[in-house]
Amino acid sequence: MAEIAGKLREVFVEALDLDADVEVENLKYREIEAWDSVGHMALVAAIEDEFDVQFDTDQVIDMSSFKVAADMIKELQSNGV
Amino acid sequence: MSDALAARPGTDLTGKVALVTGGTRGIGLATVRALAEAGATVVLTGRDETGAKEAAASVGGTVSGQALDVTDAKAVSTLVRGVAKEHGQLDIVVANAGVMEDALLGMIREELVDRMLTTNVAGTIHTVQAAARAMMRKKTGAIVVLASIVGEHGSAGQVAYAASKAAVGNVARSASKELGRYGIRVNAVAPGVIETSMTAHLSEEILAGRVEDTSLRRLGTAEEVAKVIRFLVSDEASFVTGQILGVDGGLVL
Repeated sequence: MAEIAGKLREVFVEALDLDADVEVENLKYREIEAWDSVGHMALVAAIEDEFDVQFDTDQVIDMSSFKVAADMIKELQSNGV
Repeated sequence: MSDALAARPGTDLTGKVALVTGGTRGIGLATVRALAEAGATVVLTGRDETGAKEAAASVGGTVSGQALDVTDAKAVSTLVRGVAKEHGQLDIVVANAGVMEDALLGMIREELVDRMLTTNVAGTIHTVQAAARAMMRKKTGAIVVLASIVGEHGSAGQVAYAASKAAVGNVARSASKELGRYGIRVNAVAPGVIETSMTAHLSEEILAGRVEDTSLRRLGTAEEVAKVIRFLVSDEASFVTGQILGVDGGLVL
Protein backbone atom coordinates (compact mmCIF):
# COMPACT_ATOMS: atom_id res chain seq x y z
CA MET A 1 0.00 0.00 0.00
CA ALA A 2 2.91 2.34 0.75
CA GLU A 3 4.18 1.89 -2.79
CA ILE A 4 0.77 2.75 -4.21
CA ALA A 5 0.53 5.82 -1.99
CA GLY A 6 3.95 7.04 -3.04
CA LYS A 7 3.28 6.71 -6.75
CA LEU A 8 -0.21 8.09 -6.35
CA ARG A 9 1.17 11.14 -4.60
CA GLU A 10 3.34 11.88 -7.63
CA VAL A 11 0.39 11.43 -9.96
CA PHE A 12 -1.77 13.84 -7.93
CA VAL A 13 0.97 16.48 -7.92
CA GLU A 14 1.56 16.20 -11.66
CA ALA A 15 -2.04 15.81 -12.87
CA LEU A 16 -3.45 18.59 -10.70
CA ASP A 17 -0.35 20.77 -11.13
CA LEU A 18 0.19 21.09 -7.36
CA ASP A 19 3.21 22.33 -5.46
CA ALA A 20 5.45 19.40 -4.57
CA ASP A 21 5.06 20.02 -0.82
CA VAL A 22 1.25 19.92 -0.79
CA GLU A 23 -0.08 17.29 1.59
CA VAL A 24 -2.16 15.30 -0.88
CA GLU A 25 -2.78 12.31 1.40
CA ASN A 26 -5.69 14.09 3.12
CA LEU A 27 -6.99 15.78 -0.04
CA LYS A 28 -10.67 15.48 -0.90
CA TYR A 29 -12.48 16.08 -4.19
CA ARG A 30 -13.44 19.74 -4.76
CA GLU A 31 -11.43 20.76 -1.67
CA ILE A 32 -9.03 22.71 -3.86
CA GLU A 33 -9.65 24.59 -7.10
CA ALA A 34 -7.46 22.28 -9.19
CA TRP A 35 -9.44 19.20 -8.21
CA ASP A 36 -12.75 20.20 -9.77
CA SER A 37 -14.82 18.00 -12.07
CA VAL A 38 -12.65 18.61 -15.13
CA GLY A 39 -9.41 18.30 -13.16
CA HIS A 40 -10.84 15.05 -11.84
CA MET A 41 -11.00 13.60 -15.36
CA ALA A 42 -7.35 14.47 -15.98
CA LEU A 43 -6.44 12.92 -12.64
CA VAL A 44 -8.33 9.72 -13.43
CA ALA A 45 -6.64 9.45 -16.84
CA ALA A 46 -3.23 9.93 -15.21
CA ILE A 47 -3.92 7.31 -12.53
CA GLU A 48 -5.09 4.81 -15.15
CA ASP A 49 -1.92 5.37 -17.15
CA GLU A 50 0.45 5.16 -14.19
CA PHE A 51 -1.08 2.10 -12.55
CA ASP A 52 -2.33 0.38 -15.71
CA VAL A 53 -5.85 0.02 -14.35
CA GLN A 54 -9.24 0.98 -15.72
CA PHE A 55 -11.97 2.58 -13.63
CA ASP A 56 -15.61 2.26 -14.58
CA THR A 57 -17.81 5.35 -14.53
CA ASP A 58 -19.20 4.62 -11.05
CA GLN A 59 -15.68 4.37 -9.65
CA VAL A 60 -14.71 7.65 -11.33
CA ILE A 61 -17.68 9.34 -9.71
CA ASP A 62 -17.01 7.73 -6.31
CA MET A 63 -13.31 8.68 -6.24
CA SER A 64 -13.81 11.31 -3.57
CA SER A 65 -10.40 11.46 -1.93
CA PHE A 66 -6.76 10.41 -2.19
CA LYS A 67 -7.45 7.55 0.20
CA VAL A 68 -10.45 6.29 -1.79
CA ALA A 69 -8.35 6.43 -4.97
CA ALA A 70 -5.56 4.42 -3.33
CA ASP A 71 -8.05 1.80 -2.08
CA MET A 72 -9.60 1.51 -5.56
CA ILE A 73 -6.20 1.00 -7.18
CA LYS A 74 -5.31 -1.69 -4.65
CA GLU A 75 -8.62 -3.48 -5.31
CA LEU A 76 -8.26 -3.29 -9.11
CA GLN A 77 -4.68 -4.52 -9.00
CA SER A 78 -5.63 -7.44 -6.78
CA ASN A 79 -8.42 -8.30 -9.25
CA GLY A 80 -6.00 -7.97 -12.17
CA VAL A 81 -8.15 -5.29 -13.88
CA MET B 1 -6.02 6.80 -53.00
CA SER B 2 -8.57 8.94 -54.79
CA ASP B 3 -7.62 12.39 -56.06
CA ALA B 4 -10.80 13.70 -54.45
CA LEU B 5 -9.17 13.15 -51.07
CA ALA B 6 -5.69 14.48 -51.86
CA ALA B 7 -4.44 16.27 -48.76
CA ARG B 8 -3.41 19.92 -48.79
CA PRO B 9 -0.04 20.68 -47.15
CA GLY B 10 -1.74 22.45 -44.24
CA THR B 11 -3.70 19.36 -43.32
CA ASP B 12 -0.68 17.12 -42.88
CA LEU B 13 -1.47 14.61 -40.13
CA THR B 14 1.79 12.69 -40.20
CA GLY B 15 2.53 11.23 -36.77
CA LYS B 16 -1.06 11.62 -35.56
CA VAL B 17 -3.16 8.72 -34.32
CA ALA B 18 -6.87 8.79 -35.16
CA LEU B 19 -9.93 6.76 -34.23
CA VAL B 20 -13.04 6.78 -36.42
CA THR B 21 -16.15 5.01 -35.12
CA GLY B 22 -18.56 3.66 -37.70
CA GLY B 23 -15.70 3.69 -40.17
CA THR B 24 -16.70 0.80 -42.40
CA ARG B 25 -18.76 2.70 -44.98
CA GLY B 26 -20.12 6.02 -46.14
CA ILE B 27 -18.86 9.19 -44.46
CA GLY B 28 -16.96 7.14 -41.87
CA LEU B 29 -14.95 5.19 -44.42
CA ALA B 30 -14.32 8.31 -46.51
CA THR B 31 -13.02 10.00 -43.36
CA VAL B 32 -10.70 7.09 -42.66
CA ARG B 33 -9.33 7.44 -46.21
CA ALA B 34 -8.96 11.21 -45.86
CA LEU B 35 -7.08 10.97 -42.57
CA ALA B 36 -4.84 8.16 -43.83
CA GLU B 37 -4.14 10.13 -47.02
CA ALA B 38 -2.93 13.00 -44.81
CA GLY B 39 -0.51 10.67 -43.02
CA ALA B 40 -2.41 9.66 -39.89
CA THR B 41 -2.41 6.20 -38.37
CA VAL B 42 -6.10 5.31 -38.24
CA VAL B 43 -8.09 2.80 -36.23
CA LEU B 44 -11.60 2.36 -37.57
CA THR B 45 -14.44 0.56 -35.82
CA GLY B 46 -17.52 -1.23 -37.04
CA ARG B 47 -20.19 -3.35 -35.45
CA ASP B 48 -18.56 -6.61 -36.51
CA GLU B 49 -14.88 -7.47 -36.58
CA THR B 50 -14.82 -8.96 -40.07
CA GLY B 51 -16.42 -5.89 -41.62
CA ALA B 52 -14.06 -3.59 -39.74
CA LYS B 53 -10.97 -5.50 -40.82
CA GLU B 54 -12.17 -5.66 -44.43
CA ALA B 55 -12.83 -1.94 -44.49
CA ALA B 56 -9.37 -1.27 -43.04
CA ALA B 57 -7.75 -3.55 -45.61
CA SER B 58 -9.60 -1.73 -48.41
CA VAL B 59 -7.81 1.48 -47.42
CA GLY B 60 -4.46 -0.12 -46.64
CA GLY B 61 -1.48 1.70 -45.18
CA THR B 62 -1.51 2.23 -41.43
CA VAL B 63 -5.23 1.58 -41.05
CA SER B 64 -6.58 -1.15 -38.78
CA GLY B 65 -10.09 -2.25 -37.89
CA GLN B 66 -11.74 -3.35 -34.66
CA ALA B 67 -15.26 -4.31 -33.60
CA LEU B 68 -17.09 -1.86 -31.35
CA ASP B 69 -20.63 -1.33 -30.18
CA VAL B 70 -20.69 2.36 -29.27
CA THR B 71 -23.74 1.86 -27.05
CA ASP B 72 -21.56 -0.19 -24.67
CA ALA B 73 -19.83 2.45 -22.56
CA LYS B 74 -17.35 0.03 -21.04
CA ALA B 75 -16.40 -1.37 -24.45
CA VAL B 76 -15.87 2.15 -25.79
CA SER B 77 -13.67 3.06 -22.83
CA THR B 78 -11.63 -0.13 -23.17
CA LEU B 79 -11.11 0.30 -26.91
CA VAL B 80 -10.15 3.98 -26.71
CA ARG B 81 -7.73 3.29 -23.89
CA GLY B 82 -6.29 0.35 -25.81
CA VAL B 83 -5.69 2.44 -28.93
CA ALA B 84 -3.99 5.17 -26.91
CA LYS B 85 -1.84 2.62 -25.12
CA GLU B 86 -0.86 0.67 -28.24
CA HIS B 87 0.10 3.76 -30.21
CA GLY B 88 1.34 5.83 -27.28
CA GLN B 89 -1.10 8.64 -28.04
CA LEU B 90 -4.54 9.48 -29.39
CA ASP B 91 -4.79 12.79 -31.23
CA ILE B 92 -8.00 12.60 -33.25
CA VAL B 93 -11.38 11.02 -32.63
CA VAL B 94 -14.26 11.13 -35.10
CA ALA B 95 -17.47 9.94 -33.43
CA ASN B 96 -19.27 8.97 -36.59
CA ALA B 97 -21.19 5.81 -35.66
CA GLY B 98 -24.89 6.40 -35.99
CA VAL B 99 -28.18 5.12 -37.35
CA MET B 100 -31.00 6.76 -39.28
CA GLU B 101 -34.59 5.54 -39.44
CA ASP B 102 -37.56 7.53 -40.70
CA ALA B 103 -41.08 7.46 -39.30
CA LEU B 104 -43.92 9.97 -39.32
CA LEU B 105 -45.51 11.14 -36.09
CA GLY B 106 -48.06 8.61 -34.97
CA MET B 107 -45.97 5.78 -36.39
CA ILE B 108 -42.84 6.10 -34.28
CA ARG B 109 -42.33 2.96 -32.25
CA GLU B 110 -40.75 3.19 -28.82
CA GLU B 111 -37.94 0.93 -30.01
CA LEU B 112 -37.09 3.32 -32.84
CA VAL B 113 -36.75 6.21 -30.40
CA ASP B 114 -34.55 4.06 -28.18
CA ARG B 115 -32.32 3.09 -31.10
CA MET B 116 -31.87 6.69 -32.25
CA LEU B 117 -31.09 7.99 -28.78
CA THR B 118 -28.96 5.06 -27.63
CA THR B 119 -26.74 4.87 -30.69
CA ASN B 120 -26.61 8.47 -31.86
CA VAL B 121 -26.66 10.33 -28.56
CA ALA B 122 -25.42 7.94 -25.87
CA GLY B 123 -22.90 6.36 -28.27
CA THR B 124 -21.48 9.79 -29.11
CA ILE B 125 -21.30 10.80 -25.46
CA HIS B 126 -19.52 7.57 -24.52
CA THR B 127 -17.03 8.13 -27.33
CA VAL B 128 -16.35 11.78 -26.50
CA GLN B 129 -15.97 10.99 -22.81
CA ALA B 130 -13.49 8.19 -23.45
CA ALA B 131 -11.60 10.34 -25.97
CA ALA B 132 -11.36 13.21 -23.50
CA ARG B 133 -9.88 10.93 -20.86
CA ALA B 134 -7.29 9.67 -23.33
CA MET B 135 -6.36 13.16 -24.57
CA MET B 136 -6.29 15.11 -21.31
CA ARG B 137 -2.83 14.15 -20.18
CA LYS B 138 -1.20 15.55 -23.31
CA LYS B 139 -3.44 18.60 -23.22
CA THR B 140 -4.12 18.39 -26.93
CA GLY B 141 -6.54 16.65 -29.24
CA ALA B 142 -9.34 17.13 -31.73
CA ILE B 143 -12.76 15.52 -31.68
CA VAL B 144 -15.43 15.73 -34.39
CA VAL B 145 -18.96 14.42 -33.97
CA LEU B 146 -21.50 13.85 -36.72
CA ALA B 147 -24.55 16.07 -36.40
CA SER B 148 -26.90 16.72 -39.32
CA ILE B 149 -28.68 19.57 -41.03
CA VAL B 150 -31.97 17.99 -39.92
CA GLY B 151 -30.79 18.33 -36.34
CA GLU B 152 -30.45 22.06 -36.88
CA HIS B 153 -33.65 22.68 -38.88
CA GLY B 154 -35.90 19.63 -38.45
CA SER B 155 -37.30 17.35 -41.13
CA ALA B 156 -40.72 15.81 -41.72
CA GLY B 157 -40.64 12.09 -41.06
CA GLN B 158 -37.46 12.34 -39.00
CA VAL B 159 -38.62 13.52 -35.58
CA ALA B 160 -36.58 10.95 -33.65
CA TYR B 161 -33.51 11.14 -35.89
CA ALA B 162 -33.54 14.95 -35.99
CA ALA B 163 -33.90 15.11 -32.20
CA SER B 164 -30.94 12.77 -31.78
CA LYS B 165 -28.77 14.80 -34.15
CA ALA B 166 -29.71 18.07 -32.44
CA ALA B 167 -28.46 16.46 -29.26
CA VAL B 168 -25.22 15.42 -30.96
CA GLY B 169 -24.59 19.01 -32.02
CA ASN B 170 -24.97 20.09 -28.43
CA VAL B 171 -22.58 17.39 -27.29
CA ALA B 172 -19.95 19.22 -29.36
CA ARG B 173 -20.91 22.64 -28.05
CA SER B 174 -20.94 21.57 -24.40
CA ALA B 175 -17.88 19.31 -24.54
CA SER B 176 -15.89 22.11 -26.18
CA LYS B 177 -16.60 24.34 -23.19
CA GLU B 178 -15.36 21.70 -20.73
CA LEU B 179 -12.33 20.58 -22.70
CA GLY B 180 -11.00 23.84 -24.11
CA ARG B 181 -8.74 24.44 -21.14
CA TYR B 182 -7.08 21.11 -21.89
CA GLY B 183 -6.30 22.11 -25.45
CA ILE B 184 -8.90 19.67 -26.76
CA ARG B 185 -11.11 21.00 -29.56
CA VAL B 186 -14.57 19.58 -30.18
CA ASN B 187 -16.56 20.38 -33.30
CA ALA B 188 -19.43 18.91 -35.28
CA VAL B 189 -20.19 18.66 -38.94
CA ALA B 190 -23.79 18.82 -40.08
CA PRO B 191 -24.06 17.15 -43.47
CA GLY B 192 -26.93 17.83 -45.83
CA VAL B 193 -28.15 15.09 -48.15
CA ILE B 194 -25.14 12.94 -48.94
CA GLU B 195 -25.05 10.00 -51.34
CA THR B 196 -24.48 7.10 -48.96
CA SER B 197 -26.24 3.88 -47.98
CA MET B 198 -28.10 5.88 -45.34
CA THR B 199 -29.89 7.89 -48.04
CA ALA B 200 -30.16 5.07 -50.59
CA HIS B 201 -33.64 4.20 -49.31
CA LEU B 202 -35.04 7.62 -50.26
CA SER B 203 -37.20 7.68 -53.38
CA GLU B 204 -36.03 9.45 -56.54
CA GLU B 205 -38.82 11.95 -56.02
CA ILE B 206 -37.65 12.84 -52.52
CA LEU B 207 -34.02 13.06 -53.60
CA ALA B 208 -34.98 15.26 -56.56
CA GLY B 209 -36.83 17.52 -54.14
CA ARG B 210 -33.78 17.73 -51.89
CA VAL B 211 -31.58 18.61 -54.87
CA GLU B 212 -34.06 21.35 -55.79
CA ASP B 213 -33.77 22.72 -52.23
CA THR B 214 -29.95 22.69 -52.37
CA SER B 215 -28.20 25.83 -53.65
CA LEU B 216 -25.55 23.78 -55.46
CA ARG B 217 -28.34 21.71 -57.12
CA ARG B 218 -26.78 18.31 -56.35
CA LEU B 219 -26.29 15.81 -53.55
CA GLY B 220 -23.06 15.85 -51.60
CA THR B 221 -20.50 13.08 -51.49
CA ALA B 222 -19.01 11.32 -48.50
CA GLU B 223 -15.58 12.57 -49.60
CA GLU B 224 -16.75 16.20 -49.40
CA VAL B 225 -17.81 15.69 -45.78
CA ALA B 226 -14.60 13.79 -45.01
CA LYS B 227 -12.46 16.68 -46.25
CA VAL B 228 -14.23 19.09 -43.88
CA ILE B 229 -13.72 16.67 -40.99
CA ARG B 230 -10.04 16.43 -41.92
CA PHE B 231 -9.83 20.23 -41.87
CA LEU B 232 -11.45 20.40 -38.44
CA VAL B 233 -9.03 17.90 -36.88
CA SER B 234 -5.98 19.48 -38.49
CA ASP B 235 -3.86 22.40 -37.29
CA GLU B 236 -5.57 24.50 -39.97
CA ALA B 237 -8.51 24.66 -37.55
CA SER B 238 -6.38 25.21 -34.42
CA PHE B 239 -8.61 28.06 -33.17
CA VAL B 240 -11.93 26.45 -34.06
CA THR B 241 -13.96 24.72 -31.35
CA GLY B 242 -17.60 24.36 -30.34
CA GLN B 243 -18.81 24.82 -33.92
CA ILE B 244 -21.41 22.97 -35.94
CA LEU B 245 -20.24 23.32 -39.50
CA GLY B 246 -22.81 22.70 -42.22
CA VAL B 247 -21.63 20.62 -45.17
CA ASP B 248 -24.87 20.83 -47.08
CA GLY B 249 -24.38 22.62 -50.39
CA GLY B 250 -26.73 25.33 -49.17
CA LEU B 251 -29.66 23.04 -48.45
CA VAL B 252 -32.68 24.86 -47.03
CA LEU B 253 -35.19 22.69 -45.16
